[in-house]
Amino acid sequence: MKELMLIMIAAVLINNVVLSQFMGICAFLGTSKQLKSSVGMGLAVVFVMFFASLVTYPVYKLLERLGAEYLKTVAFILVIALFVQLAEMAIKRFLPPLYKALGVYLPLITTNCAVLGAAITNVDKKYTLAQSLTNSLGTGLGFTLALILFAGVRARIETSDIPETFKGVPATLVAAAIVSLSFMGFGGIV
Amino acid sequence: MSEKRPLSQELTKGLIKENPVFVTLLGMCPTLAVTTLAKNGIGMGLATTFVLVCSNIVISLLKRVIPDAVRLPSFIVIIAGFVTLIEFLMKGYLPELYSSLGIFLSLITVNCIILGRAEVFASKNSVIASALDGLGMGLGFTLALFLMGSIREIVGSGCFWGVKLGALANSPMLIFIMPAGGFFTLGIIIAVINKLANKKPPEEICCEGCPSASLCSKTAEQKAACPKKGEGE
Repeated sequence: MKELMLIMIAAVLINNVVLSQFMGICAFLGTSKQLKSSVGMGLAVVFVMFFASLVTYPVYKLLERLGAEYLKTVAFILVIALFVQLAEMAIKRFLPPLYKALGVYLPLITTNCAVLGAAITNVDKKYTLAQSLTNSLGTGLGFTLALILFAGVRARIETSDIPETFKGVPATLVAAAIVSLSFMGFGGIV
Repeated sequence: MSEKRPLSQELTKGLIKENPVFVTLLGMCPTLAVTTLAKNGIGMGLATTFVLVCSNIVISLLKRVIPDAVRLPSFIVIIAGFVTLIEFLMKGYLPELYSSLGIFLSLITVNCIILGRAEVFASKNSVIASALDGLGMGLGFTLALFLMGSIREIVGSGCFWGVKLGALANSPMLIFIMPAGGFFTLGIIIAVINKLANKKPPEEICCEGCPSASLCSKTAEQKAACPKKGEGE
């Protein structure tokens, strides 16, 4: 249990997926403009990441048995794309309110490198099933945390007076650098 | 559409005018993650170029065979195949670079530049034009990564290509090789380019060239509002 807690804290704060691993930057910059879309995207990523690691675990075990570990990239991306597609249909059919909240973000997640990244990290670190699930959940929560925090920062940038050249993307990136700097403070806790 | 343009332009447009990193803002994850050293930037750039050229050629050859409804999954599988190939090659011949690029080598699969070019260009153009387009975009990406890597390596560790640069190496600004430095360097570079190009900076990240544009939550109106880049100059 203690070990799982450590994996969780490391994934959410210390090795934050966006701010120190640089995965899912496109989604991070694209959807952090408003708080509402950040929460939606964050929850969709938590959902997909958790279940994707649940699905990719047995797939990898199977590949290992066949001696074909090198196919993991191809197999994982296919499984993730398939899962996202199925999840979208299932949610639309059975949980309309959830679909309303997450629907538009789901298809975008297939090409979010954080999901594939988390699945490959689980395999590379030889995590057990419980550890994989904890790591994926933590990574997803870390992504959501970064997105929500950054949405607040961006709201402030929107209204402030910044040099013409820095307007838009450059200001956003410099602000991301400062937020990333603040996450470095978590460096020593585990 | 491409027939009107000379082939040489397909090659050169990716270098500066439509540079995938600095102008269209695609492929940000590897740009920020692996550029702590100039060498890693070049390695990552060339690996991506290889995958981009090969996948563009294959997709352009298969453009009549792949049904429209399943084109994105098909593209991803083709790309993932070439990524696996380059992983093997790099593990065999450049093990040092392989371990320093780590997980980002596998993540070339989901690099938006590659899927973007497949969707926007290779699935609509001839094989030769697609190969040149892939080469140009790949080299533009490599150039961007090399620039980022050089700046971060020189300022952050006082070295260039592993060679110490005299007094600079005495007290380097370590922050530049940390994650925060990546965001900062890229922000400054884009600001400088905006200044030099003397154009109105884009309000937000644009849909043009994004493989997910058709699936995305932005309305058609918002998409149309995006300025067409590289044409207004």
